[in-house]
Amino acid sequence: MFAQVAFSWDWDYALDTLPKIARGLWQTVVATIVGISIGMVLGLVLALLRRSRHRIIRWPTIALIEFVRSTPLLVQLFFIFYVLPNFGVVLSPFVALVLGLGIHYGTYTSESYRAGIENVEVGQWEAATALNLSAATTWSRIVLPQAIPTVIPALGNYLVAMFKDAPLGFAIAAGGILLEAQAEASRSFRPMEPYTIMGVLFLAVSIPAAFFVRYLERRYGYERV
Amino acid sequence: MLSANQIQALLEGVSLTLRVFALAAVLGTVLALLFGIASLSDNRVLRWVSRIYVEVARGASAVVLLFYAAFAVPILLGVRSGRSFVFWAAVVALGVNMGGYGAEVVRTGIQSVPRGQTEAAISLNLRFIDRLRHVTLPQALVVMLPPYGNLSIEVLKATALVSLVGLADLTAEAQNLRVQRAVSGPRAATSLAIFGTALVFYFVMAQLLALLFRWLEQRLAGDWYRGRS
Repeated sequence: MFAQVAFSWDWDYALDTLPKIARGLWQTVVATIVGISIGMVLGLVLALLRRSRHRIIRWPTIALIEFVRSTPLLVQLFFIFYVLPNFGVVLSPFVALVLGLGIHYGTYTSESYRAGIENVEVGQWEAATALNLSAATTWSRIVLPQAIPTVIPALGNYLVAMFKDAPLGFAIAAGGILLEAQAEASRSFRPMEPYTIMGVLFLAVSIPAAFFVRYLERRYGYERV
Repeated sequence: MLSANQIQALLEGVSLTLRVFALAAVLGTVLALLFGIASLSDNRVLRWVSRIYVEVARGASAVVLLFYAAFAVPILLGVRSGRSFVFWAAVVALGVNMGGYGAEVVRTGIQSVPRGQTEAAISLNLRFIDRLRHVTLPQALVVMLPPYGNLSIEVLKATALVSLVGLADLTAEAQNLRVQRAVSGPRAATSLAIFGTALVFYFVMAQLLALLFRWLEQRLAGDWYRGRS
């Protein structure tokens, strides 16, 4: 079972490959930032559609949110990248990745926005009505400014979660830390160094990020939904 | 539409997906209980070990753990990697990842039980393990079940990652079908049917899991109502 050759760690090779994997990490970070931006906007739209008075809008929105939430991001990425071109939508791997991340996490953030909106007191709505504010003004000046700050720590959580999913761009050749590490490993036949560097670099970003989000949670006195 | 053979191939993928999920969920639950309880220990070393485990298991992400387990660990151990090694590596990677999240669920669940319960159990001279078994854990379970159900669905979704390290799960079978169509088929319009069906299969599995947890929650609530624990 155990081979006699012990593994060896080659520092020269590790230092040689480090910049490439670090570049991959940067691509993953960029994809995460673009992805969360899409997810935050889409989530708000979904949350508002879900509150629509019309069943024709409300029900399909609920169904879409439920479906996207309970299916794997990886298959959704394949869907976007391989199925949409048959319908004339050809996307670059990077765009497909950030769109996939944005849609997947948009369904998550929409639930946080919903909780945030529902937490705005009824009296605020009544006051807006009493002041004869239009629906647009009520939302943009009264409800959302109170709802969104309470959602910020939840969005932070999804930012960290998305960072952990962003390496999946590997599957559609969209670049990123996993693609770089895998390319290095298969080029050199030395998987040990690239994958270890990937793990260490990844933790070096995700653990501080998680601590920062927990600090935000304490600071804003937010309770996990 | 998909042929019977194609459906058959997807269903074989479902079977591997379910096996990976079930084994990872068992491992994840054991780790969650161990580290969740250890994180509340009086022993500082135990607390630190479980803290580090939770941070690393969650922070490294399922996909990074998976690739490390499948490709770096065999070299670390000096073993020859094969299909069955990759299968167990995938189970361990997903289980360890789930355990990190699960330990936090267990910890917050136990912490939600009022202190007086533990104090009463101590004054009744119950041993640590009996306090957990008969007093704190049964009460914590009510709080733990809903987040644990969500976590299980996340793990089910994460099993799709094993297709990236060469296991023939539902996602991999769907990919195979797509590639075959691209080679032989007239037009890849069926890729919609292939990935659509795969998504529906995942959706159905996730809904069944959600139903199972809802049933467990109701059953537990019933037990409470009848005064058992």
